[in-house]
Amino acid sequence: MEERTYHFKKTLEKKERFVGGHRLCAGCGAGIAVRGVLRALKEEDRAVIGNATGCLEVSSFLYPYTAYEDSYIHTAFECAGSTMSGVEAAYNALKRKGKVQGEVKFITFGGDGGTYDIGFQSLSGAMERGHDLTYVCYDNEAYMNTGIQRSSSTPRFAKATTSPVGTVIPGKTQNKKNLTDIIAAHNVPYVAQTTFIGNFRDLYTKAKKAIYTPGPSFLNVMSPCPRGWEYPTEKLPEICKLAVETCVWPLFEVIDGVWHLSYEPKQKRPVEEYLRMQGRFRHMFKPGNEWMIEAVQQNVDENWEKLLNRCKQ
Amino acid sequence: MNYNERLSGNEAIAFAMKQIDPDVMAAFPITPSTEIPQYFAQYVANGEVNTEFVPVESEHSSMSACIGAEAAGARAITATSSAGLALMYEMMYVAASCRLPITLACVNRALSGPININNDHSDSMGIRDAGWIQIYAENNQEAYDNFLQAMPIGESPEVRLPVMICQDGFITSHALENIVLLDTDSVKQFVGEYHPEHYLLKKANPLAVGPYDLGCHYMEHKVQQAEAMKHAKARILEVAKQFEALTGRKYGLFEEYQMEDAEVAVLLIGSSAGTAKAAVDQLRKAGVKAGLIKIRVFRPFPAEELAQALAHVKVLAILDKAESFSANGGPLFSEVRGALYDLKHRPRTVGYVYGLGGRDITPEHFKDIYARLTDIANGGELGPVYTHLGQRG
Repeated sequence: MEERTYHFKKTLEKKERFVGGHRLCAGCGAGIAVRGVLRALKEEDRAVIGNATGCLEVSSFLYPYTAYEDSYIHTAFECAGSTMSGVEAAYNALKRKGKVQGEVKFITFGGDGGTYDIGFQSLSGAMERGHDLTYVCYDNEAYMNTGIQRSSSTPRFAKATTSPVGTVIPGKTQNKKNLTDIIAAHNVPYVAQTTFIGNFRDLYTKAKKAIYTPGPSFLNVMSPCPRGWEYPTEKLPEICKLAVETCVWPLFEVIDGVWHLSYEPKQKRPVEEYLRMQGRFRHMFKPGNEWMIEAVQQNVDENWEKLLNRCKQ
Repeated sequence: MNYNERLSGNEAIAFAMKQIDPDVMAAFPITPSTEIPQYFAQYVANGEVNTEFVPVESEHSSMSACIGAEAAGARAITATSSAGLALMYEMMYVAASCRLPITLACVNRALSGPININNDHSDSMGIRDAGWIQIYAENNQEAYDNFLQAMPIGESPEVRLPVMICQDGFITSHALENIVLLDTDSVKQFVGEYHPEHYLLKKANPLAVGPYDLGCHYMEHKVQQAEAMKHAKARILEVAKQFEALTGRKYGLFEEYQMEDAEVAVLLIGSSAGTAKAAVDQLRKAGVKAGLIKIRVFRPFPAEELAQALAHVKVLAILDKAESFSANGGPLFSEVRGALYDLKHRPRTVGYVYGLGGRDITPEHFKDIYARLTDIANGGELGPVYTHLGQRG
């Protein structure tokens, strides 16, 4: 579902709402996700940005410097959803009483730890209650801020510091939790999965829909982490592209309960190409470990088929 | 303008909330505070208040939503008890450090485990160092009156701290009492509108809340918080004076009952004060110079004022309705004893932990305590200073 009016250059010319000077690593996906999402705000609209504790938070709002042009609130790790619920409730009350004028949008960011795991309940509550807010997960598939511990978003076999590769256990033993599906099951008006592809049209159009669809919306943005995934910083776009081309990270939307595939690769690439680029999967390429790659391929194939069927209905 | 009504403690708090008509209430059910959001949800459903009611999925989220709302520029309230307050623990510190004057109605209940729904003070005592002002009530009238004073205290620019208004679960929260209510116009005038200087939704100047503080700023922020808590003491007394002018009901940091010439005294918090007063009355008739101090404000702690009020007392019993498992007495015992240390002639002190999980305390218990204090005053042995009261065996 691409927007016909998207102009890459014009979009980039919009005033930045997430500015330089923050302390995120080179090659980190989190900052790209925030800039990309906030670009979708209409310039005349104000926003309050929320944030779960994590890399993004400790890197973008170190007292007394903030990287956000808009108002911003961070409270704790597990409650970005409920904190922003309170902000949105305040807006409704104050607007009704004539104490706040103009349109204000509410966008909150959390990593996968703060979203899939510890912040899951608070996110689910915010979605269920129907607050008019957008929750964006920058999914880098582990607790990167504390030093690359496994989360429920970490894919099977990935090396993390609490799912290390040992002589007996080959990295994480469980498959990645499918959070986008779970949030879609909340029957909220807009849910989408995206990442950084080409001219960012996919991210931009989905962010715009998420922000401007009344009610709760959820964006899951695959946001690679060079330290945790072990890739050279300049390889980020290539990894994102391969995640999509291998169908490891399909691009889709769920609009009012109807599933839409955003992109179907002409020829699905083998997962091996995606895995090979990242040090966290290095052990899978040792002789005798071929079964691991096969297991991942099978899992990706199953999920892809499921998604295709949903999008056909 | 005043009128009488028969209300439970929970009804009284909910009614105060309705009269104030705050911007946001976020709450989650837990016995015995559940009734407060229930009554309030009905006010919302009937259009009797103009509040956004956020029925969150946990107490952690109710405090988080209150923080978000108050930071956004709204007046936010919640209510909870026991495990609910414990689940908020992390966010209580965040609320105080963000200097957000949220008001929390705490209906005191024992903490698990074992799970128990009856009254003691282990919940609010467990969270005493989170940076919240804590005000305790003896009865329904005080619960109502204290709640009306919470916002003028907490929202005051020199304070800007969250406030907990505590009452005893079931003992006052579910018991009916005749109390005097203010008319709503007087309440609105007394409490006033909330006008924060900086807030997220302020158009003129975006605000960032909740930074990562490095070592070079964290301590400065904590000292500012500590200073605000010191300022709170004067503000609490100022608001009490204004409240007295409006209602004729007098409040301080603590209540002194028959303390003027008291030689033996008991010091405690909450509804047990009513029972203790009955014992004091009987003992006074028998010629015992017995007195009572009931703490109203535990945070900020009125150390100097207590020292002054207790300087002439020979023996003091300090009663904690909470265990702190220090093997050395409850939190009130430690703090009151500390407050007395610099007195030239300080009273001797004994501590009791009583009333855990709703265990009753009777006038007879108090008479026994005063008898022990009198014996010590007359040269008897001090005996163990940390004991429990009212348990079997």
